[in-house]
Amino acid sequence: MSHLNQGRIPSAYAAYTRRKTKVVAALMLLCAVLFFAALSLGAVHVPLREVIRALLGLETTGYWGIIVRDIRLPHALAAFLAGAGLAAAGAAMQSILRNPLGSPFTLGLSQAAAFGAAFAVMGLGAGVMQSTQTDAVTVARSGLTALTAFGACMAAALIVIGIGRLRGATPEVLVLSGVALGSLFSAGTMFLQYFADDVQLAAMVFWTFGDVGRAGWREVGYMAAVVGVGVAFFSINRWNYNAIDAGDQTARGLGVRVERVRLMGMMVAAMLTAVIVAFLGVIGFVGLVCPHIVRRIIGDDHRFLLPATCLTGSALLLAADTIARLVLAPHVLPVAVLTAFLGAPAFLYLLIRRSVGS
Amino acid sequence: MMLSVQDIRAEYRNGQLVLDNIGFSLDRGRTLAVLGPNGAGKTTLLRCINGLMKPRHGVVRVEDIDVLNLHPNAIAHRLGYVAQRHEVGRVKVFDAVLLGRKPHMVWSPSRADLSKVSGALDRLGLRSLALRYLDELSGGELQTVCIARALVQEPSVLLLDEPTSSLDLKNRLDILALIRRIVREHRMAAVITLHDINLGLRFADQLLFLKDGRVFAQVEPDALKAETVAAVYGVAVDVVRHDGQKVVIPRISVEPPTFKQKNKETP
Repeated sequence: MSHLNQGRIPSAYAAYTRRKTKVVAALMLLCAVLFFAALSLGAVHVPLREVIRALLGLETTGYWGIIVRDIRLPHALAAFLAGAGLAAAGAAMQSILRNPLGSPFTLGLSQAAAFGAAFAVMGLGAGVMQSTQTDAVTVARSGLTALTAFGACMAAALIVIGIGRLRGATPEVLVLSGVALGSLFSAGTMFLQYFADDVQLAAMVFWTFGDVGRAGWREVGYMAAVVGVGVAFFSINRWNYNAIDAGDQTARGLGVRVERVRLMGMMVAAMLTAVIVAFLGVIGFVGLVCPHIVRRIIGDDHRFLLPATCLTGSALLLAADTIARLVLAPHVLPVAVLTAFLGAPAFLYLLIRRSVGS
Repeated sequence: MMLSVQDIRAEYRNGQLVLDNIGFSLDRGRTLAVLGPNGAGKTTLLRCINGLMKPRHGVVRVEDIDVLNLHPNAIAHRLGYVAQRHEVGRVKVFDAVLLGRKPHMVWSPSRADLSKVSGALDRLGLRSLALRYLDELSGGELQTVCIARALVQEPSVLLLDEPTSSLDLKNRLDILALIRRIVREHRMAAVITLHDINLGLRFADQLLFLKDGRVFAQVEPDALKAETVAAVYGVAVDVVRHDGQKVVIPRISVEPPTFKQKNKETP
C-alpha cells in the first residue's frame, strides 16, 4: 500500500549528507597523513620517499627499510586498528546502553583485563622482568598475560550480559552491573598488588600502561580480523542503533529486537575491547571520547557516526603514538598517556564551543 | 475488516492479569479511541496489538493476516506505532522520519525511500523543519515528526499511545485532526489511547472503554451515556450536546474538599 505521494528531496538535505560524507573523507585523509607520519618520524627520521620505497619492497638506504617495515609498520597498523576498534566499541556501547558514559571502562572490562594481567604476573608466574637497553621493563611471558587478561575481560563481559539476560537487558542494569564489576576487579588487583613483591608490582603496573609498541605482526593479524568483524557487525546494525536512539518502544515498533541487538552489540564490543586490551594494555579515553567528539561534529546518525568515529580513534592513536616516540626520544612514552593529553583538550574545546553557541 | 482483535488476554511476569477477553474490530478509514482510568490497560492493549508484549491468549489480524506470529519487521510493515515517550538526540527531522523506512530498507535508503520521506514532510507541513534537530522542536512539532515516521512505514494500522498527553490545547486539537485526516485519506485504521474523553468524542469514530483490564463498553460517540463514564471513572458527569457533538462535563462538587487538620498538642 502506498500512502505517500513521491516528494521532492530537499536540496539542503542532499547538501547536508554530502557535508557529512566530506567529513568522513577528510578523516580518511588525516589518517593516511598520520599513518605516513608514524612511519617516517621517530628517534630516526626516515624521509617520506624512503618510507614509500620501503612499503613497496624496493631497496632503501641503510636500515631505513628494516625500521619502516619491521618496526614502525606493525606499530602504526596496531595504532590504526586499536584506535578504530576501541572507538567503534565505545560508540556502539554508548548507543545500545543509551548512556554517554558507555565505554569499556564503564562496563568494567578494562579493570577486568588489568586484574587478569595482575593475576598472570603473580599467580601464573608471568612477571619475570627483563631490563632492555632503554631501561624499559617488560612482562616476560606476554602471551600468557594477554591470554589471562582476555579471559578476565570476556568473563566480565559475560557476567554483565548474563545479569542483563536475567534482569532484562535495560541500559541501567547493564551499566550498574559493569560499574559494580569494575569496582570488584579493581579491588582484586589492589589485593594482588598489596601482596606482590616489588618486581611483580612493577610488572603489573607496567602492563597497565597501554602501548602499541607491544604489537608484532601476529598481534596485528589477530586485531585486524577481530576489528574487521566487529566494525562490520556494528555497520550492519547501524539502523538498529539509530532506532534504539529514538527510544526502546519506538525501536520495537520499527521491528527491532532491542534486547537481542543490545546483548549482541555488548558481546561484540566486549570481544573487540578484550582482544585490543589483551595485546596492548589499557588504553583509556579513545572509546569514551572519540564518539562524543564525532557526535558534536556530525550528529548521532550511525551511518556516518560509526565510520567517522573509527577514523577519529585511529587518527588519535596514530598521532599519540608518533608524539609518544618523539617527545622524549629516544625514550618512548606509553601511548595511553598521550591519547588523553591530545584528546581531552580537543573534547573540552568542542564542549565549550557548543555550550557557548547554544 | 482492517483490524480485528479477538479475545486478548495478557499477564505480567508475576502472573497478574492485565487484560482479559479484549476484542474489537475496525474498518478502513476509522479511528478507535481507547479510554479508561490509569492502570486500566490501555497502553498494554496497544503493546499487545503490536506484538511488543506477547499476550497469553488472543489473535490480532490486520487485513486477515495473523500478525502476532510474524517477524517483528513484518509486523512493522503492517502496524505503525507512535510511543508515548520520545528520545531526542542530535538527529535532523529528515533523518528521524527516514528511520520509519527501516522496515523496508536492506542496507541504505533508496531514492524512493527519500522521496517518500519528503512526501510525508510535505503532507504534514514539516518541510521547513527538515533540517532542524529534534531537540530544537516544540512538543507539537516533535509529535508530528513521530507521526510522520510512523506514516512512512506505510502501515495499514496506526497505533498511537497518548499522542496528546504532553501538548497544549491547540496542539492537541491539531494533532488529532491531523491523525483523523491521514487515516481517512489513506484508508488506514487508527487506535489511539486517550485520557480526555471529549477529544475521543470529537475525533474518534468509536470509543472503547476499559476498566480493570476488561472492555466495559464500546460505543459510537453519539451513543455515549453519562452512566457509562460515571461507572468507568467513578465520577459523576453530565453528557450534553454542544454544537452538534456530545461533550462530557464532570459535576464539580459545590463544597470544597476538606482536610482534617491535626491539633497541635501542648506539652
